[in-house]
Amino acid sequence: MATQQIRTKFEVKLGAATREAFGKALAELGAANPNVVVLDADLSKSTYTAEFGKKFPARFFECGIAEANMIAIAAGLASSGKIPFASSFSAFLLNKGFEQLRVTAAFPRVNLKIVGTHSGISIGEDGPSQMSIEDISLACSLAGFTVICPADEVAMAALVKAAAEYDGPVFIRAGRAKAPLVYPAGHEFAIGRAIQIAEGADVTLIATGLLVAESLLAADLLAAEGVSARVLDVHTIKPIDRETIARAAAETGAIVVAEEHLVDCGLGVRVAQVVSQTHPAAMEFVGIGNTYAESGAPDELLDKYGLRAGNVAEAARRALKRKK
Amino acid sequence: MRKISDPAQLAAIARQMRREVIQMITEAKSGHPGGSLSAAEIVVTLFFDVLRHDPANPKWSDRDRFILSKGHCCPVLYAVMAECGYCPKDRLNTLRKLGSVYQGHPDVRFLPALEASTGSLGQGLSLAIGMALAARLDHSPARAYVVLGDGEIQEGQIWEAAMFGAKYGLDNVCAIVDNNRIQLDGFVKDIMPLDPLPEKWRSFGWHAIEVDGHDVAALQHAFAEAAAVKGKPSVLIAHTIKGKGVSFMENNPKFHGAAPTPEECARALEELR
Repeated sequence: MATQQIRTKFEVKLGAATREAFGKALAELGAANPNVVVLDADLSKSTYTAEFGKKFPARFFECGIAEANMIAIAAGLASSGKIPFASSFSAFLLNKGFEQLRVTAAFPRVNLKIVGTHSGISIGEDGPSQMSIEDISLACSLAGFTVICPADEVAMAALVKAAAEYDGPVFIRAGRAKAPLVYPAGHEFAIGRAIQIAEGADVTLIATGLLVAESLLAADLLAAEGVSARVLDVHTIKPIDRETIARAAAETGAIVVAEEHLVDCGLGVRVAQVVSQTHPAAMEFVGIGNTYAESGAPDELLDKYGLRAGNVAEAARRALKRKK
Repeated sequence: MRKISDPAQLAAIARQMRREVIQMITEAKSGHPGGSLSAAEIVVTLFFDVLRHDPANPKWSDRDRFILSKGHCCPVLYAVMAECGYCPKDRLNTLRKLGSVYQGHPDVRFLPALEASTGSLGQGLSLAIGMALAARLDHSPARAYVVLGDGEIQEGQIWEAAMFGAKYGLDNVCAIVDNNRIQLDGFVKDIMPLDPLPEKWRSFGWHAIEVDGHDVAALQHAFAEAAAVKGKPSVLIAHTIKGKGVSFMENNPKFHGAAPTPEECARALEELR
């Protein structure tokens, strides 16, 4: 894996929401590949698939509020050689379509892509019925699925294209809120290969999605205390980049995993599995506890539910205390 | 594939398929004979007369698609596909055994000539619609046929798919409801009544045709009518008898999902001579 030193001091500059970047990338993909077809379940203005629909109406299927049917239709399209992208809010796509994802997509391993937007609690005011805090867990439970959670618009654009080129079922997780820019335009991404964004020797902060930017901020907080934190963006949660994680465990001996997801069943447990099998290290986890969130402004919710740079830094301090 | 259109010949093949079904399930010691026997004429008429397909070229892109959405009735599909030459006849007795291409429910990983892995009820109509959409995009003449159980259409997804098929005017989709009136726990009318069935489909925008599902000539006529309908999908409500052809299995909910004993197998084969 290429080590890439992108920046030393992270400054938050908001880019597009990853859902918006998805819609834009999808419309570009539609022009490049006539086999790409898109399905939505009455949320195309929110998932940004409407842009594709406007440009390629014959290849855009509005399924109405019927996610289960949408998934299985997409699977049928895939088994006839199309590359379907089916999209909705992650909470509905995964939860209402799960059985169809299992039997019509995962089990026969069809070339279907699903993109769940409005993941995590940063969707804000709409509240917990709309917030997908278990989608990583659900998607990882589908044998053979690839599970991707891009951190910013650059990552999303690249990974949507990579998903279209990859032959097999893929879940991509997207957020509603504008996402801080982590990557310079044109940065390269490969499915399954984590990106080391910041070098560090004392502790490794492993994050996905929105928590990548928070982890970069946390690294700066720790640097001010004389702690050198490595930051990894695990944009592909499954298959996980065992080699990069194992090396981080061996070289830094302390690991924090941070995600906007239920802490007991997301990226953290997957990283812990790799670390325990390779180089056991002191570990801490930042995520949503055993609860559902509530309505509020996205920033208020991230503060209240402990998904901030300060929480990541505090977790690092705890891990460092136990580091051998 | 060379078509067989003589109803008497097709009826004879259906009888032979029933024998295979009974033998396979007896050998497997588990399985679902009732719904395989009720669907025999439907599947035989499709594979030998109606479908455009080529067992020598199973992935021919313009082939018609066939999905057995009521996947538990796969013995009749396996027997027919073997008869067509898609898979080995001499291995039919390995149904449900480790490593067999003849899995307990259709599994494309083991039998790639299948169009879909099924077994969880309610999903096949959506799959067929996806395939029909792809055919339309590709300007292909391919049609998608899907056999549904009557109990199966209690699943809400069927009606989501029905709305979708009508909205997109998918006249290259033909569903067949094997209306044998029995499901696992008993009679459909007691478990969750479906009547009036043709009216339900019509109100969802489908062209519904009622047909005797054991009358090959009537099925041929119904499939021709369905293929001629433009601008909307079609559904055959095929009135059938669960366990058809074996006196002690007919209309007997017990044989939804019970294998015959060797003695029952012998009696059944005697009746199906």
